[in-house]
Amino acid sequence: MNNAVIDPSPTDWNGKIMQKRIASRYAAERRFKAMGFMAVALSTLFLAFLLFTMLGQGLRGFQRTEIAVEFDFPALTAGATAASVTGPNADAALNSMDIPGIVELAVGQQYAGLGDSLLTSAAAANVRQMLIDNPELVASKQTLWLPADSRLDVAFKRQGEPAAEKTVAALADKEALRTGFNWTFLTGADATDPSAVGIWAAFKGSLMTMAITLLLAFPVGVLAALYLEEYASKNKLTDLIEVSINNLAAVPSIIFGLLGLAVFLTMFGMPRSSALVGGLTLALMTMPVIVIAGRNAVKSVPPSIREAALGIGASPVQVVFHHVLPLALPGILTGTIIGMARALGETAPLLMIGMRAFIPAAPQGFTDAATALPVQIYLWSDEVNQGFVEKTSAAIIVLLIFLLGMNALAIYLRNRFETRW
Amino acid sequence: MVQGGNVKFMTGTALLFLVLGLGLIGWIFGRARASGFVRNAKGGPRGTVNSLPYYHGWFVAICAVTPALLFMLVWQSVSPALVTNMVLSAPAAAELPQDTFARAAILSEARAIAQGFQTTAFQDMSEKLVPLYQGALSYYKWLGVAATLLLFFAGGAYAFTRLKPDFRARSKVERVIMFGLLLASLIAIITTLGIFASLIFESWRFFSMVSPFEFLFGTDWNPKSVVTPGADNGYGAIPLFWGTIFIGAIIAMIVAIPLGLMSAIFLTQYASSTVRKWMKPILEILAGVPTVVYGYFAALTVAPAVRDFAVMLGVSNAASDNALAAGIVMGVMIIPLVSSMSDDSIAAVPNAMRDGSLAMGATKSETIKKVLLPAALPGVVGGVLLAVSRAIGETMIVVMAAGYTANLTANPFDTITTITVQIVALLTGDQDFGSPHTLAAFALGLTLFVTTFFLNYAALRVVKKYREAYE
Repeated sequence: MNNAVIDPSPTDWNGKIMQKRIASRYAAERRFKAMGFMAVALSTLFLAFLLFTMLGQGLRGFQRTEIAVEFDFPALTAGATAASVTGPNADAALNSMDIPGIVELAVGQQYAGLGDSLLTSAAAANVRQMLIDNPELVASKQTLWLPADSRLDVAFKRQGEPAAEKTVAALADKEALRTGFNWTFLTGADATDPSAVGIWAAFKGSLMTMAITLLLAFPVGVLAALYLEEYASKNKLTDLIEVSINNLAAVPSIIFGLLGLAVFLTMFGMPRSSALVGGLTLALMTMPVIVIAGRNAVKSVPPSIREAALGIGASPVQVVFHHVLPLALPGILTGTIIGMARALGETAPLLMIGMRAFIPAAPQGFTDAATALPVQIYLWSDEVNQGFVEKTSAAIIVLLIFLLGMNALAIYLRNRFETRW
Repeated sequence: MVQGGNVKFMTGTALLFLVLGLGLIGWIFGRARASGFVRNAKGGPRGTVNSLPYYHGWFVAICAVTPALLFMLVWQSVSPALVTNMVLSAPAAAELPQDTFARAAILSEARAIAQGFQTTAFQDMSEKLVPLYQGALSYYKWLGVAATLLLFFAGGAYAFTRLKPDFRARSKVERVIMFGLLLASLIAIITTLGIFASLIFESWRFFSMVSPFEFLFGTDWNPKSVVTPGADNGYGAIPLFWGTIFIGAIIAMIVAIPLGLMSAIFLTQYASSTVRKWMKPILEILAGVPTVVYGYFAALTVAPAVRDFAVMLGVSNAASDNALAAGIVMGVMIIPLVSSMSDDSIAAVPNAMRDGSLAMGATKSETIKKVLLPAALPGVVGGVLLAVSRAIGETMIVVMAAGYTANLTANPFDTITTITVQIVALLTGDQDFGSPHTLAAFALGLTLFVTTFFLNYAALRVVKKYREAYE
């Protein structure tokens, strides 16, 4: 290098070599930009693909296939009248009617040779409900639309087993099939038959779990954030608290499940798979998120507010609770909603504390065995029966709607109440 | 049918609400008394009254409610033992079998019937104990209620007598508030300690059955439910560690790092502000989708596609629960994390450096590659460490999409299992707490906790150090 001859002439930018170099540099620039664009596009495409897959499968889960069954009630029930199935004795009268037998008989008469399980296992319960709702039915000849068995349901909506396809074709020829809205899916509970399942029990379990989580994590999180940001002096204890909170925010959620199992269930002997234990476990997980969001919100309140309040004679506690907290509340709420949304979608810790049990009825109290919506999705996804595929996706749609709603609310709150100081 | 309803009446919840309601009344009384001071005060609007009336109210309420609630908490944990003692000291209890298990079964059944949780007895003996239990339960329950109310009124009366115009109610109440704030902050430490203690304790029990050497260095994972000390019990966790690293730290990162980093670069350096405004929330949605949804998607859509692809390539033994599908989907889940961490660290590079490079005639991409990225590297590395920590602790995607078979392989089309999958698998089913299976789950949990702790710690250190460099 020492003896390198330095060319004194200026660079010839219009020369062939330099032009080529510039062209290749610009090409590299375009390639790089295209790569960046591809990365964003790929991520978006994946999200779109995921959502469309879930929508495509899940929307069918809100529908059910119904079969027209003609009931000659006076003949089938040996002359029951509307009066006999109303009033205080209606239950006993309906029980003595043997509705499952009636349904079987009616279907057998009408669709002989099409196999024996045309209707869902809940069909008899549906008929019973119809009779309770409208006792007049029992005195006349009626055509009722009853939900079809899961195999036929799948075959009617898309490709099913060959035998079921054949039955569906035969039924369709008689114009005895239609598609109706699956109310059972919104009001029912878990069942072994996919055509009779519903998400209400799991959803209620989720709501109860969230209620416990919010009740515990929100006050504790806010108070801890206020303490750390406003009062804590710089010492070992404060450092330890900060390290703990930052660490807890990054601990894998399954570890919280192990904690819940070892401490709440085994040590304290709390009821297994209850909303209470689920809520406690998720509260421990959500609390650090609220603390961190709360600290940022409290930090963004300008010192002039505090000084003004102190200046007119407020005590330090009054400064914080009368002035700082109300101003920081929108930020804290935003963080809380985001933390709650995370907790709502959380599955692994709830599996650890046994919320994976088969729950055929909605929980009545906080100590009853319950399940949660994401856990229900996991349980259904494990089912072999093809009918569960669309139910799983439909439950996912419900869950996603709630999560997106919560996130949208958080964004709205942030934009609506955020103050730029 | 025994009278369950009578015993269940006045449960803990009802008592809790009663105490809180009485507390409200105490608050009203205290406040009314202090308002009297203010009305009768001489000189100035408040005269010599030290605190606002509602502080007096709070003082009374706190003094009355706190001891009662504390007593209720203690009573909740003490009274079951007292009830059992009372039942055992009765003459009828002498006929109980000596065997500990049979005895405990009868006692718990009798108790469940007496409390109304159960209606029929399966063992004759418990039927006889039910009235005893009912008696003991109601005796100790009413004792508890009486003591709680007594404490409440004693506390309230004490506080009420202390109210005077010059009583410093505010500073007392504020001291309680400060104590409450400190207590709330300490919950974080208690939780951390709780996690650590429970994991260590159960792991210690596990390692007293299975040697730590086998656990950490053994290559055979096939856990037996009955262990023999010194022999190979199938608790070699190396295949699980490898599976976790392979899916979480290798496959997922191969997807997440390029996509996340390039997304961040594109959105911060190239995209117009409108594009940025729309694309950033969309990326955030990716982070907000619950993992159970990703897992379902991976198992239902991605895994079959990957297997078909493998078969097309000529890989004959491609599994339907292959590692690649779980890894890819996990990588997509991680993209927003890598992207936002990279975004932050690129934004933290001083503008002077970028402007200098551009002024020298470098193109945008040259500036990014040669100036911005090297300067932002520590932040990016910190983000990647956090992402790895997220990925190896992720449960639902691997539980649903990856396999349950331990497999020491580097073939991404093969089935492979991870630490989190095995924790779920070990804790599923009806094992009693204390079997080697259950305890092994805690040992795996401890490994996971320690690993993620160090990854998070390293990430925070790297990021912090880097921030200091530019501030």
